[in-house]
Amino acid sequence: MLEGKAYRMADNISTDHIIPGRFFHLRSNLPELAKHVLEDADPNFKQKVKAGDFLVAGKNFGLGSSREHAALVLKLSGIGGILAHSVARIFYRNAINIGLPVVICDTHNVSHGDELHLDLRKGVVEDKTQGTTLSLSEVPQVMLDILACGGLLPYIKKYGRFNV
Amino acid sequence: MGKTLAEKILSLKSGLDAVAGRIVVAQVDLVFLQDGTGPLSIRQFEKEFKKVFDPQRVALFIDHASPSPRKELSGDHIFLRHFARKQDCRLYDVGEGVCHQLVAEELAGPGNVILGADSHTSTAGGLGAFACGMGSTDIAVALALGETWLRVPQSFKVELEGRLGKGVYTKDLALHLIGKIGADGATYKALEFGGDMASDMDISSRLTLANMCVETGAKAGLFPSDEVTREFLRSQGRENCFIPVSPDADAVYEHMIKVNVSKLEPTVSLPHAVDTASPIEEVKGMRVDQVCIGTCTNGRLPDLEVAATILKGRKCHPHTRLLITPASRRIFQEALGLGLLQIFMEAGAVILPPGCASCVGVHQGILGDGEVCLSTANRNFQGRMGNPSSFIYLGSPASAAAAAVKGEIADPREFL
Repeated sequence: MLEGKAYRMADNISTDHIIPGRFFHLRSNLPELAKHVLEDADPNFKQKVKAGDFLVAGKNFGLGSSREHAALVLKLSGIGGILAHSVARIFYRNAINIGLPVVICDTHNVSHGDELHLDLRKGVVEDKTQGTTLSLSEVPQVMLDILACGGLLPYIKKYGRFNV
Repeated sequence: MGKTLAEKILSLKSGLDAVAGRIVVAQVDLVFLQDGTGPLSIRQFEKEFKKVFDPQRVALFIDHASPSPRKELSGDHIFLRHFARKQDCRLYDVGEGVCHQLVAEELAGPGNVILGADSHTSTAGGLGAFACGMGSTDIAVALALGETWLRVPQSFKVELEGRLGKGVYTKDLALHLIGKIGADGATYKALEFGGDMASDMDISSRLTLANMCVETGAKAGLFPSDEVTREFLRSQGRENCFIPVSPDADAVYEHMIKVNVSKLEPTVSLPHAVDTASPIEEVKGMRVDQVCIGTCTNGRLPDLEVAATILKGRKCHPHTRLLITPASRRIFQEALGLGLLQIFMEAGAVILPPGCASCVGVHQGILGDGEVCLSTANRNFQGRMGNPSSFIYLGSPASAAAAAVKGEIADPREFL
């Protein structure tokens, strides 16, 4: 079970929004890179986000480039999980691979600041502020296993290969 | 029950009955990475692994920031070169070209499963490969194990009929299709192309279309292999890589999309989303500060030839910069041999070294505040070309050349 507050984002947040190409030269310096997280989409994000917050996005979150740095800088900024109406394919795998939970559910009625409880095993998010329960789209077992290990490298360390 | 092309290739590579929806572990024919995503892949790899699964099936590319504009990136390049030497695998260094073009020229074949640490890896689907972009950690594990897990995608069948009109190209079709499907309309799916027009398409056009499939959210874009594919591979001295791959006649598709391409007009996508495809007529007259022709989408010889047809004997508008980037060294040399570069120079263009140029916003043509660019690239997200206060339109090489001459978005048919 993960708990955190909702930090609302818009639809179609691309990996160029999360970490733009103009900071390409900082990709091997993640703490520096993370200082620029989401600055084009939400200039005060870095100051406002609190450790453990859930990013609550609309549709097609994380579209675009395969840069895993996008998921990494969100994790480094303290984001505890991501709820989105839909998630772009590569970002989805990237986040799970670094142990950052991403779930797909109807996020329309979640408001900024709502208290959220995420239960991956039961497949639900409870919005404690609104008193609602959101059901999650099914997550493939292999992704749940990767998340349970804390990411893909620890998963491979444990199983030696893909255990599907 | 018949199989789609995606199901067939993944059945072959997993040894299982890979029906859509099933999770399989597939053997991988090629794993590659580039200078933006590669250093992280290698750092992840080195945490757990020592040797790549097969040095012959691994390739590294320095194309995104190439030549390096910053010392930090020069350091990343050194790191990649060192890894390639240590692992005895191929590295394509500064000036050799964009990874997806070099993969198509030298490494990919029909029926392959290809993983690249770059979203436009789908490009090799133009040759009949199941080619899929992934992030650094997935690629790190694929480098070590030579396999990956995949959910076998449902496929959309895209049936292409008719013939493109004068001044209308595959890029216009690609933008039109993305507009129709939407930026997330094919998420987790494969797009499979068929129909008479697809069979008639040359490899350059197939690569353009497969390249842009990812802009619908798709996992892969696929063409069957045929005599056109075989001839392309023969011209590269790789005919031995040819195998016929095609979907079964009774394959089951989630969705059928039919396009009669005869009706298409020159098309552009508007800032800041690719799925905003509009007839060029609607944005004619928009001032353009910079025009870019190149990238993994449209930096091939036929693209440069079309641009040269328009630019021959003409000059760029005095307020408009024209940057041209052949996608690979081979294309650069062919364009040189055909006199295209001379035409571009006389028109006032800047010729850049083969690579990604300004497409990722790292170097070689960062836009200024409020500036407008017409690019033949595949993405126009806010900030994509290095400045969130600039505006990117996407179009064909012909539309780009026309804009360079007129200094504004213009119908290329005026010049043909």
